[in-house]
Amino acid sequence: MANAYRSEWAYVLAATIRVTGDIDVAEECVQESFSSALATWTSTGIPERTGAWLTTVARRKAIDVLRRQSTQDRVLRKLMVPSEGDLASDADLPLIDDDRLRLIFTCCHPALSIESQVALTLKLLCGLTTLEIGRAFLVSETAMAARLTRAKKKITATHIPYRVPTAEELPARVDSVLSVIQLVFTTGHTAPSGSDLVRRDLVERSVELIRMLRVLLPGNGDVAGLLALVTLTDARRVTRTDAEGTMLLLSEQDRSQWDHEAIAEGVELVSEARRTRPVGRFVLMAGIAAVHAEAPSWEETEWREITALYDLLLDEWPSPVVALNRAVAIGFSEGPEAGLNALDALVDEPYLTGYNYFASARADFLRRLSRVDEARDAYEEALGLTENQVERSFLERRLEELSNSKQFNA
Amino acid sequence: MSEYLVLIYADESKSAAAGETLANKMMAGHMEFGEKNGASLRGGNALQPTSSATTLRRDASGKLVVTDGAFAETKEALGGYYLIEASDLDQAIAIASQVPSDFGGVEVRPIRVLG
Repeated sequence: MANAYRSEWAYVLAATIRVTGDIDVAEECVQESFSSALATWTSTGIPERTGAWLTTVARRKAIDVLRRQSTQDRVLRKLMVPSEGDLASDADLPLIDDDRLRLIFTCCHPALSIESQVALTLKLLCGLTTLEIGRAFLVSETAMAARLTRAKKKITATHIPYRVPTAEELPARVDSVLSVIQLVFTTGHTAPSGSDLVRRDLVERSVELIRMLRVLLPGNGDVAGLLALVTLTDARRVTRTDAEGTMLLLSEQDRSQWDHEAIAEGVELVSEARRTRPVGRFVLMAGIAAVHAEAPSWEETEWREITALYDLLLDEWPSPVVALNRAVAIGFSEGPEAGLNALDALVDEPYLTGYNYFASARADFLRRLSRVDEARDAYEEALGLTENQVERSFLERRLEELSNSKQFNA
Repeated sequence: MSEYLVLIYADESKSAAAGETLANKMMAGHMEFGEKNGASLRGGNALQPTSSATTLRRDASGKLVVTDGAFAETKEALGGYYLIEASDLDQAIAIASQVPSDFGGVEVRPIRVLG
């Protein structure tokens, strides 16, 4: 029953929304159909096609609700669901027409805030409870419920349509969806070790969502790219922190503990994704992760290849954080002097001035150039910009190493 | 079909600095916008700059206070609007994205249907 719940929830809900035109009513109908299933299947046994059974029951309930509604309510159906007539005439529609695609594109509409997109996706597509979502993002259940309500209100107030975007709109919209799924993954992946199990669940849900997208949008390079990226990143799960919970850098991780089967899978996916056109940012990010994953050791990392990939990524996605990461890669492929120059070119970027990674990247290059006093200033600047305990410990450790080295050299 | 207001915002000092060439480009842009989207337009106007604005508020005692200038001091000021009709937000966005908006952008807000 629990398995049916997890794997079928999105499918059944998405199909029922098409009937009700109202997310809340649809959720209730689907909830009831699952309850019916629980009651009925214990005596009749589990049907072969659980999804179809649940969908039929949910939709029947939905039609009952519609019949009971006044004509006016029916006319004012909250969610714009294009009539079958419209769909048939739209030549741009992709051939695969699964309601789950409609649902995920609606949840991840750019008119909604990112937090809302993430919350809606987890609630409506993954079937997480409001409490679980709140816990994952360190927000109270009440606050998360309010966030979900506001998001649904925006959907109805602005008439966000329940449809799959046209071919022209698709690239930008797919990018939004992938950003949301990546955020779900990152939230789950960066949870401190031994913490709430909901966090690990987020990683699994994000993978499920990407796999669902791969079925619904086969041949989409960025979808394959994101799957590669999360697979490669998750392969390092065990070595992210040491026994005491201290964060370990890539250079410090025991690579024999990486999941090499997952790495092989990720690398294969990257090859597949790189053959698609155009090559999008998720493919490039995955490419970078693959170079790291395939390096037998930190010292053997192919930094020139990584820098070249960052050049392409920056072209595709001119974000200051990408520029920063590229500068760091240059520091490794061409030396700390070159890295520092690349960073200094970014010193006027408004987004980076308050960003502690920028300061700590400068500090690291200065340290490697033995410019101790400047390095100390930069580490202290970084320290002032972060409250994160794990990051602070790391920066404090570096500062201590600096003063120790100064003592030796004095 | 629903109505949306498309509010056009721009940095007035930057627009002014760009001079006549920009002004002409904007005019042409708005004419083209009108021609392409005529069927969806229900209204629209350019506004005179914020230097011509007058703000009315009530003070704590309820007295009307009249002051010079726009209601909110913002870097980008309201410069004009279009009232459009669209089948849904995506169509409204598709229309609004064609509105010329150098040195600023547009806001799309649904009209509240009362009663």
